[in-house]
Amino acid sequence: MEHGILLAGFGGQGILFAGKVLAQTGLICGKNVSWLPSYGPEMRGGTANCNVIISDSEVSSPIVTMPQILVCMNGPSYAKFAESTQKGGYIFVDGAMVGDDELMEPAGEITQVSIPASQMSKLANMVLIGCMVRVSELATWDELEEGLKKAVPARKREMLDANLSALKLGWDFC
Amino acid sequence: MAEKVLMKGNEAIAYAAVHAGCRYFFGYPITPQTEIAAYMAKNLPKAGGVFLQAESEIAAINMVYGAAGAGARVMTSSSSPGISLKQEGISYIAGADLPCVIVNIMRAGPGLGGILPSQSDYFQATKGGGHGDYHMIVLAPSTIQEMVDITVEAFDLADKYRMPVMILGDGILGQMMEPIELNIAKTPEIIAKPWATTGTQCKRKKNIINSLNTNAPELEQWNIARQKRYDEVIANEPRAKTDIEGADVIFSAFGTSARICKTAIELLAEKGIKAGLIRPITLFPFPVYAYKDVKKPIIVVEMNHGQMVEDVRLAAPNVRVGFYGRSGGMVPIPADIVDYTLKFINEGLSEIV
Repeated sequence: MEHGILLAGFGGQGILFAGKVLAQTGLICGKNVSWLPSYGPEMRGGTANCNVIISDSEVSSPIVTMPQILVCMNGPSYAKFAESTQKGGYIFVDGAMVGDDELMEPAGEITQVSIPASQMSKLANMVLIGCMVRVSELATWDELEEGLKKAVPARKREMLDANLSALKLGWDFC
Repeated sequence: MAEKVLMKGNEAIAYAAVHAGCRYFFGYPITPQTEIAAYMAKNLPKAGGVFLQAESEIAAINMVYGAAGAGARVMTSSSSPGISLKQEGISYIAGADLPCVIVNIMRAGPGLGGILPSQSDYFQATKGGGHGDYHMIVLAPSTIQEMVDITVEAFDLADKYRMPVMILGDGILGQMMEPIELNIAKTPEIIAKPWATTGTQCKRKKNIINSLNTNAPELEQWNIARQKRYDEVIANEPRAKTDIEGADVIFSAFGTSARICKTAIELLAEKGIKAGLIRPITLFPFPVYAYKDVKKPIIVVEMNHGQMVEDVRLAAPNVRVGFYGRSGGMVPIPADIVDYTLKFINEGLSEIV
């Protein structure tokens, strides 16, 4: 079993950090994981995306071209990536950033979830991840919480509680 | 179970270098390898070492020359355009028979190119980017764990053969994170360096570190002695990861491209085609042995325009060799490799050219 996850949004929305939380969670679940950021000029304020693979077997290509799980934090990334989502996969969108009129009718048994993440919290990335992990059954709450704790570096410990609350907000919403 | 931590490839190289006994790092920042310098800046002083951000790549490689001459384990790192700047220094280091480790986290070229991943420095790394008859041992990891293991080994190989060793990665390997074993299993093999300029203490004749010799017969002898060491390297050190049992077609790729090939192999299996993989781990010495018994066509996949193809052709002269590659920071997509493979197969799977 392998999950290819693509997280996309603007630079500064915490896309790469959200990916780290997922990768750490996968590691806690005893899986093979890889985390690959887009590190191009987009890091300085354009679009940012992050590829995370969580797999039972060794990770081959670390690049996610057809995600099983897509998380979009803005309209442009939804427009760019939604159609590449695999059959039977999931799309999660920040409904406060992507209007219902921008959403396509999900084809091929794709589960599409829109939640107003950035209205619910300043840490919309965590809200979306909380929701996504629960709906896709990627990990249990305890594993996800542990993953977040591992992803927050010691020098930013004071950020842990706020992130944890946002994560729980998303988890409980879905 | 051994503790595993997530680490970026760049950090993993630096982490392993400190474990290997590297105590001197000289570098100049360039994307996508700057995390190596950042890690060293933070951690080398704690280990009693010296981190120095030089005024340029050229200065950095010449500082490496100095520290290596004094017998220290020393490393520099850069990315493609910066490695080009270092070539003169690398040639001098090779000419003075000094061990050191040079990391190239390749980005797209030529020229200033772009910051995205590439493998287009294969020729420069394996055929000698600087002047003169010299080689570096070139190691090409394809996972973050392998970056750790190979880095420790790189220092040992450099000391053993008294020559520069290059770790050749790309922007993807430098930037991506994967779990690594926090405990590095391999103990560095620290050997005596009686040739190093450590001060005579008035007890021995002075050692001289130099590549200049205007006495032609003598300089030729220096070259011959060096070539003999290269022969030993070619005899003892080639390595590759090979999985070609029962395969109808065989990919050959290094680093990130080898991983992308593995995904293509999975996709081909779904179509009933069994594909194999020969992944060179040493690019110099090229693992000729791995191709010896190959009877099926080979497809070379690289993030460049086919630089490894000629080495594969030389190693496997009797089979058809195809090539698929992307460049400029574009990365091969497994589905496109599959399309190429199907076309390649339809053109005939004859065993012999």
